[in-house]
Amino acid sequence: MQRLIEEISQRYPVTDSKVSRPDQSWITVPKEKLVDILTWLKSQKEFTHLAFFTVVDYLEQGKFQLTYMLHNYKTHKDLGVRVLIDRENATMESIHHLWEHAHTFQREWREMFGIDFPGSPRVHEPMILEGWDGPPPYRRDFDTKKYSEETYFPRPGRETHDPREHMKKKLYPEES
Amino acid sequence: MDEEIKKPYEEMDIDELIKSQPTDPVLYCQDLPKPSKPLGIYMEKFLNWARANSLWFLGFGTGCGAVELRPLMTARFDVYRYGIAGRPTPRQSSVFVIGGYASVKTIKRIVRSYEQMQGPKFVIGLGSCTINGGMYWDSYNTINRLDHYIPVDVYIAGCMPRPEALIAGFEKLKQLIKEGKAEGANHYAENFEWYKANQKKIIKDWNMPDYNW
Repeated sequence: MQRLIEEISQRYPVTDSKVSRPDQSWITVPKEKLVDILTWLKSQKEFTHLAFFTVVDYLEQGKFQLTYMLHNYKTHKDLGVRVLIDRENATMESIHHLWEHAHTFQREWREMFGIDFPGSPRVHEPMILEGWDGPPPYRRDFDTKKYSEETYFPRPGRETHDPREHMKKKLYPEES
Repeated sequence: MDEEIKKPYEEMDIDELIKSQPTDPVLYCQDLPKPSKPLGIYMEKFLNWARANSLWFLGFGTGCGAVELRPLMTARFDVYRYGIAGRPTPRQSSVFVIGGYASVKTIKRIVRSYEQMQGPKFVIGLGSCTINGGMYWDSYNTINRLDHYIPVDVYIAGCMPRPEALIAGFEKLKQLIKEGKAEGANHYAENFEWYKANQKKIIKDWNMPDYNW
């Protein structure tokens, strides 16, 4: 795996890399080079399978971290390609021309995080949330409890007990 | 007699073709639901007895609680001996079992299925999620109280309730029907505006036929 990372570093700018297991490693690359690197990995290095594609919201740094997990069926090695993009007006290049199923992920991230993928098929159609007009709900600054209380008629009387205190009071009432 | 000879479709131009089509067939009921009047004390008592002993529920797994409906039909629990049977369509069923949490996307289908059911119709809310949201109480996309959207006759608490609890809930519903207290459909018709206002608050795009919307 280390050899592969060195080979990528010679061709493309890699800002960060880590070998987490003998068969798994991670690289962080700049946003502009991502599609180039994925194309090269798919066509030259036989990373033919996009296993998953996730987004993490780093609110404090004002960034989204996108992870493209690739798998090589010949050597059974995993390579996670990470890219950091700005939270404000988040836009990313679509990769649906490389892996067709990526457009489903991209639809979901458009809906849940508000990341735009121009050119991706059906990216503006609602997928899980029908008729949603609030802010994207997976963003960490979205207060889901407040939204729920304003929208869904909470039933009064919900209490929370600390289990330790509650059981102590229940089992040993003379001590408390 | 019939002087107007119909042209074959191939020879018509586009205007004639449009004119020859039937205009706007109404394929669904546009009337508001009406409360039904009782047919006299003794007749209604007899009907309630009959209704209580053939509860056909809609087999529409709306949430994860629907897994508890399957064992009801197996040899161990065998609800057919109580006159309870699952039906595949809302038109044939009289009990709607809401199995657990209902997201906004599901509540849309629930409302539509409930309105398609023929009266008298009853609703059983299964699991904590229908009562106060359960473990999804602070979720952005699941409702908290089912009785704000459709009238509920019996709630079965639990996460998930066992099939025995479900049978007990059905027994409770039978008791309510025999006493003439399960008037959810009439309540829905009388407070239609209130229910619709609550539904419209969360359902922003109604992408199905304009069914009383």
